[in-house]
Amino acid sequence: MTEQFSNREGIKGMINPTRYGLHRVAYWMQRLSGLGLLAYLIGHIYETSTILNGKAAWNNMLSLTETPGGHMVLVLVIGMCVFHTGNGIRLMISEGGKGVGKPGQPEYPYRASSLNSKQRLCIWVSIALAALAMMYGAGVLFGD
Amino acid sequence: MATVEVPQEKKAESTIPAPTQSTPKTITLRISRFNPSENAETKFEEFKIPVQKWTTVLEAILYVKQNLDHSIAVRYSCRQASCGSCGMKINGKPRLACYTKISELESNVVTVEPMNNFPIIRDLAVDFKQLFSTHKKMKPFIVNEESEVLPGTKEFVQTPQDLEKFLQFSYCIKCGLCNSACPTMATDKSFVGPQGLAQAYRYTVDNRDQGKKERLKIVDQSHGIWRCHFAGSCSNVCPKGVDPAMAIQLLRGYLLGFRT
Amino acid sequence: MRESIIMKIHYGTALGAVALVAVHILMRLSQKFSDSLQYQNVIANYHFLPYALMLEVILVLLSVHGFNGLRVILLELKQGATYERAINYGSIVAMAALVAYGSRTILMAGMGHS
Repeated sequence: MTEQFSNREGIKGMINPTRYGLHRVAYWMQRLSGLGLLAYLIGHIYETSTILNGKAAWNNMLSLTETPGGHMVLVLVIGMCVFHTGNGIRLMISEGGKGVGKPGQPEYPYRASSLNSKQRLCIWVSIALAALAMMYGAGVLFGD
Repeated sequence: MATVEVPQEKKAESTIPAPTQSTPKTITLRISRFNPSENAETKFEEFKIPVQKWTTVLEAILYVKQNLDHSIAVRYSCRQASCGSCGMKINGKPRLACYTKISELESNVVTVEPMNNFPIIRDLAVDFKQLFSTHKKMKPFIVNEESEVLPGTKEFVQTPQDLEKFLQFSYCIKCGLCNSACPTMATDKSFVGPQGLAQAYRYTVDNRDQGKKERLKIVDQSHGIWRCHFAGSCSNVCPKGVDPAMAIQLLRGYLLGFRT
Repeated sequence: MRESIIMKIHYGTALGAVALVAVHILMRLSQKFSDSLQYQNVIANYHFLPYALMLEVILVLLSVHGFNGLRVILLELKQGATYERAINYGSIVAMAALVAYGSRTILMAGMGHS
């Protein structure tokens, strides 16, 4: 069956964070931050390996990373790390069936209890913590 | 002799405000047209139609079908959000056409397309084969060796509390909106989907059922329950308040050891 | 391996990594950030056995968590027996390669080969 006949939304639909509320935005941010952090991990491991080539090689690497651009990347990594952690803990707890509400008789206008205000608060707290950590990180990195 | 005074009938003063007059307005209905036997291209056709404030999207489509173009393919039946036949993408979001009023969309242009993640049969009609097949795989029935109907056996006892554990999930009308909104379904053709997973939970949590182990084995696969990332889109679009996202997380609780 | 076991590992590595990465970051902040990156300070970190061991554990936890996350995303993007097998084995190989490369740094720097 061709893709048009199957009518799947595809990657474009999957990454579209609009239309379905805050949970969908959090899903998208979790994925994006996860990929970003994996890329950083690989880069960080390569970066630190230069220490084996001696002081000159290490300092050479520092001259590339210890720059305003490098610090901006680090600030972004701090934000992604904190959001991914905060939202990840929310997901772990929820995926165990905790904090998603209790089944009951649905009543019009049918507000889904799994998308409750505590869940939304946790997402906003993760975003706020990420923003605070980024500000603190920027202060440390650029304040040196 | 005692007399009973019959009170004179008073003309009741109505407390209900008189219905406000609805002024008909004209909107543009954009309908996605696709006929695989003719050509493989989707095109949109526009129709100017009169609507009242209570006109539903389904009524608007049927107006076009009756008066302007008979060839539009659309599936519908009950017109009251009970049969789950008229699911479609309305202004970019999966909804039931019979349950969505044009006025609530707050737009003079209404675009209707077939639901995503389902193969298109023609125009707005999509193929539910995969949804029904995954639904069937979840064993959507009570698994119990002891039958209620054999002589010498009695009815299963079920308290209102027992009933409440699964009642919500049994309201699923299999309209497919949840599968259409799910971000995993957008790319993963092997994923069970929120509809199937919610039904797996509905029967697993039923105290008459003994098929928990079998169902958990079915969903604990590479394209099973773990491909749900709690994006909540399924629950966001469900027209019956089934909340598939909740059912999936509760079902996952068994696999993670949070529940027994 | 059952998917539920893989996902339990995914959650476990996440929790472990959160705790240890927090220690790792706090160590950077125990002195001026730029000073903590000075060659002799970094070498001293690698020579301190408990810290080097912690780095090794972080490396394993994050590699497992990161590449399993990537595996999940890739499995959802495309399907097919050959593709899925390639993704499953490919992530294990990538995971092992990253752990090996990172361990080489920790081990050699710790033993003074720099």
